[in-house]
Amino acid sequence: MPTWQLRLLRGRPGSSPRLETYPVELPAEAYLIDAVEKIWAEQDRSLLFRHACHHASCGACGVRVNGRERLMCITPLREFSPDRPIRVEPLRHFPWLGDLLVDVSPMMRRMAEVGFAIIRRDELTADRPLPEGIEQGTRFEDCIECGLCLSACPVMAADEDYLGPATLAAIERMRSEPRDRDAARLLALADDPHGAWRCHSAMECTAVCPSNVDPASAIGRLRRWLIAEKLRRWFGGGR
Amino acid sequence: MSYHVIVIGAGSTGAATAHDLALRGFRVTVVERGEVASGTSGRNHCLLHSGGRYAMRDPESARECIEENMILRRIMPEALELNDGLFVALDEQDLSFKERFLAACEECGIPAREIPVKQALALEPHLNPNILAAVQVPDGVFEPFRFCLSFLATAKHNGATILTYTEVVDFVFQGRTVAGVRVRDRRTGEERVIGGDIVVNAAGPWSGKIAAMAGVDVPVVPTAGVMISVGRRWNRMVINRLNMPGDGDIIVPQRRTAIIGTTSWRVEDPDFIPIPEDHVRLLLDRAERFIPGYTRGGIRGVFAVARPLVGRRGVAADGRELSRTFECFDHAVDGVEGFVTITGGKMTTARAMAEKAVDVVCAKLGLEIPCRTREVPLLSYRAFF
Ligand SMILES: Cc1cc2nc3c(=O)[nH]c(=O)nc-3n(C[C@H](O)[C@H](O)[C@H](O)COP(=O)(O)OP(=O)(O)OC[C@H]3O[C@@H](n4cnc5c(N)ncnc54)[C@H](O)[C@@H]3O)c2cc1C
Ligand code: SF4
Ligand code: FES
Repeated sequence: MPTWQLRLLRGRPGSSPRLETYPVELPAEAYLIDAVEKIWAEQDRSLLFRHACHHASCGACGVRVNGRERLMCITPLREFSPDRPIRVEPLRHFPWLGDLLVDVSPMMRRMAEVGFAIIRRDELTADRPLPEGIEQGTRFEDCIECGLCLSACPVMAADEDYLGPATLAAIERMRSEPRDRDAARLLALADDPHGAWRCHSAMECTAVCPSNVDPASAIGRLRRWLIAEKLRRWFGGGR
Repeated sequence: MSYHVIVIGAGSTGAATAHDLALRGFRVTVVERGEVASGTSGRNHCLLHSGGRYAMRDPESARECIEENMILRRIMPEALELNDGLFVALDEQDLSFKERFLAACEECGIPAREIPVKQALALEPHLNPNILAAVQVPDGVFEPFRFCLSFLATAKHNGATILTYTEVVDFVFQGRTVAGVRVRDRRTGEERVIGGDIVVNAAGPWSGKIAAMAGVDVPVVPTAGVMISVGRRWNRMVINRLNMPGDGDIIVPQRRTAIIGTTSWRVEDPDFIPIPEDHVRLLLDRAERFIPGYTRGGIRGVFAVARPLVGRRGVAADGRELSRTFECFDHAVDGVEGFVTITGGKMTTARAMAEKAVDVVCAKLGLEIPCRTREVPLLSYRAFF
């Protein structure tokens, strides 16, 4: 069984963090989350990290792996080579709580403010007969609120108050799928110096999103909608 | 009322217990050594059971499941995908169970209805076209992390304190009565004592270890299972095999994935569970029988976690024979006052487990406060943050 070298960022707020190396024996079929959990179980019980579902659904296990935002639970060890260390660091642009752990509440509060419901219509069922007594198929939204896009976004680095790709994508989802929504409120949220206009299309969010949300394109659509709404108002298109 | 109850564990059981306690007016502190749902609850198969799976062999569990399923639909709209489930017969042997299955479901109060194979295939075009029968039941799918967060958010709103990354390392006694717990804050490394009138052990497969810290024995058997998530959502409804519960006989769809599970074997230490390669092969093999080409979208994740099964009677080596119902232990019978364990059960029955545990807590304190968790809707999971 191969032995992997994990270099984990360790430390607590108030002291300067350092990278420490941990050898972990695991088959190549295992995932990065298994390696980190094994270090916690067998080598250092003080290691702080987040995880729950282990199948890219809860959004808890986001980190930076060799500088790139990833979910540990779907990052297979076979991508790496046992003789090259795998560097694991916490997400950026969130308050750091220690080791690999960050505080995601600023993002969650923004999603709550937008009022993004995580249940959507299931597009798989659009053209299929539904079982008796059921009007429509539902499923969870693609966005798992993992924060990878926020960590990767260069605008987040410059503007703490930027709404961020996940939140803007959520606004766009609510706009595109009619729900019980207050369009004026959404418009106001997005049409803000810290909203959709702040994005400068670095596309990093879409590159790292593990869940096909494609926030960059969503922000593009949102801007077009904002412009159309404005034109309509200026030229008295009425509604 | 100023009684203070400490709940150990923020999995589904601890989260629901904290909510019930807070609603009944207790002061509540939850201590969880990791993230919310970082134990068994976060990593399970995500099936909101209709009870169909247990109807033939374990009617008690089946009844609990359907009752709780219907309650959760009302109180937890945000963490559930509700698209029903199908029990399908893949061969003649499966088919021979059909009448018995339908009768057992009826007996347990589970709305089950046979639908024509043609209709089942129209609903689920990726299903093996050779299925011989299909029965529709009210299965659902949950988001385990957000399931737990919804209970905790509501508990917090009602005054509960939730301490994550806080590990119980010992118990504090006054004579033979538990007076609190000693905890270590994993962020600072500091230890301190939290005093409480009652301590509820909701540590899932670790509840045996926690009980041992208090010097009592809880017969919990950590029984692991493997699950495999793939890169495509093949099915809209939960697909179950119409047979006695066995390995690899359920495919749960969630978001854009489908998850095949599970297997079952006893483990000593649930902290880290190495995944047996033959279990992975078996699951993929079984999945292929339901949905030919199951791995065509790639394998996304493979994971394992341990059930906290309660071993009362003779225990089969694989744990499948153990009832999936739950148990609440008042350790006064073991000579330790102020200490209760709630374990076994399922995620689906977390609310009922909590009701039972809090009833026991109330009885111990001589209180009569009715449970209200059946009616009170939960807050959004985001309210936790
Ligand atoms: C493979 C598998 C598949 C399953 N699928 C389903 C399903 O589809 N549907 C369903 O309804 N049920 C399912 N279950 C059952 C369900 O997952 C469990 O019954 C349920 O999650 C148990 O929750 P719990 O809160 O009791 O335990 P846990 O979730 O394990 O919670 C216990 C908590 O205690 C914490 N803890 C441990 N030690 C300490 C300590 N010293 N100090 C502080 N905290 C501590 C742990 O970190 C953990 O978070 C499945 C189980 C398995 C194993
Ligand atoms: S948009 Fe993608 S990367 Fe951003 S939080 Fe949602 S799932 Fe994660
Ligand atoms: S553990 Fe849930 S997304 Fe990785």
